[in-house]
Amino acid sequence: MKYLCLIYEDESFWARTPKPELDAIMDEYRAFGTTYIQSGHVLGGNALEPTTTATTVRVRNGKVSTTDGPFAETREQLGGYYMLEAKDLNEAIQIAARIPGAKTGSIEVRPIMHIPTSVLNEIPSSAVSA
Amino acid sequence: MNDASTALAREAVEHVYRTESRRVLATLIRLLGDFDQAEEALHDAFTAALQQWPASGIPANPRTWLVSAGRFKAIDQARRRALHEAGRDAIVDGLELRNTPPPDVDDESLDDDWLRLIFTCCHPALSDDARIALTLREVCDLTTEQVARAFLSTPPTIAQRIVRAKAKIRDAGIPYAIPTRADMPERLDGVLHVLYLVFNEGYAATSGDAVVRSDLTHEAIRLARLLRELLPGEGEVCGLLALMLLHDSRCKARTTPEGDLVLLADQDRRLWDHSAIEDGLELVRQALRAPRYGSYAVQAAIAALHAQAPTAEETDWAEIAGLYDVLLEIDASPVVELNRAVAVAMRDGAAAGLALVDAIVARGALEKYHLVHAARADLLARLGRRDGAVTAYERALSLVSQAPERRFIERRITELRESFG
Repeated sequence: MKYLCLIYEDESFWARTPKPELDAIMDEYRAFGTTYIQSGHVLGGNALEPTTTATTVRVRNGKVSTTDGPFAETREQLGGYYMLEAKDLNEAIQIAARIPGAKTGSIEVRPIMHIPTSVLNEIPSSAVSA
Repeated sequence: MNDASTALAREAVEHVYRTESRRVLATLIRLLGDFDQAEEALHDAFTAALQQWPASGIPANPRTWLVSAGRFKAIDQARRRALHEAGRDAIVDGLELRNTPPPDVDDESLDDDWLRLIFTCCHPALSDDARIALTLREVCDLTTEQVARAFLSTPPTIAQRIVRAKAKIRDAGIPYAIPTRADMPERLDGVLHVLYLVFNEGYAATSGDAVVRSDLTHEAIRLARLLRELLPGEGEVCGLLALMLLHDSRCKARTTPEGDLVLLADQDRRLWDHSAIEDGLELVRQALRAPRYGSYAVQAAIAALHAQAPTAEETDWAEIAGLYDVLLEIDASPVVELNRAVAVAMRDGAAAGLALVDAIVARGALEKYHLVHAARADLLARLGRRDGAVTAYERALSLVSQAPERRFIERRITELRESFG
């Protein structure tokens, strides 16, 4: 099964933590990535720029409204994600627990919904990469 | 075949249903990979047993007979569905099921399946409410109506909770598996927590008219016994079973015939179940000898000291206060602190206990917990500070939701007011 691991953290942590400590955390992320990409569990992942760079878009009554920031004020913000391949939730939990962010923030583990003929898969790949 | 043999066979089927149906279900879930299909297959298997056993006799191993019967019924179902719906997937599923080698259903694998079922129903990805409902329904075979009654909910609410839990098991990929050795301590804690919640709801119902709902305490004790058979090396299983037996041993002495609460100190100790106490004491010894003992074993040791005291006055409060210190180290919580404060009050006097309780309240912990105010009230009354005691009991009264506890507090307030004059 595929699981998306959403890494939620207090993003001010990154602003107030001294650089040597941040470097150490980045090393942990690199080690995590190397291990689990090699084992075939990590299919991909990215860190996100802070929520100050975020834009929220919604369409109501056909009208596009664009606002800055994320939808809700919360203590923890989405800071990055990994896409995992795991045999079941137990394995996904074991791997999620090794994401460095689990020690300071929290990891939401969400199964990818299985849609037999995914609408997403019907998008021509050129449209995605364009 | 005559009526007498039919009646005998029917009785045998009913006996097997009571003793084996959950284990057969547990194996069918593994073989069929689906809770609902397994329940249907279980039902079909017992129907077949009722039809066939009177003529063919009771099979040597009823469990394995029922598992194969259930599995074949499920294959038939899949085929029938395939014919009706003409769906290719269902035909393929049916054929695959038919081509799998005969399932592994010796007694050991059936025990493993039973553990798979309980660890799946108590998976930490499910909420406490969902775990309790699912465990009582699937592992204990309580009906949705019984679960609803036990938790003062409605059958549709409980049914929906169970449907959602099963959907999460399926959609989130919660495996039908016994945890790995590394995960076992944490996962076992999760299972024991569910048993403890079920027992507690039975033992000290949080609301409603009765103090004790013995159906729930008995289910929790029964499951803990089964778990202990299957995981004999786990100290905390032993500890929890001991704790529940020791608490339950006081069941008859805890309420008056009118259903009013009797405090431990005022209970008629002749009404305690002394054979349950003996079992509990032996289990406490085993639990404390286990390589990994924890909070349940220590709580059981505390309950054991109460159970061994011939009278309330002869309770070994020094030892109990000491055990609460150990418990605080293992599993610190404001409720444990409160219990420790009460033990300290018995050892060192009400003033010492009151200082500890006041410190807990000052921190803002347990502000909404009626027992913290009831404990304060009791200590204030013992110190002769009746005004303070009445105020504290009134605060407790505003927070309590169980009828017998409410009546108890009301009585105490009346007694205190009368003693003014």
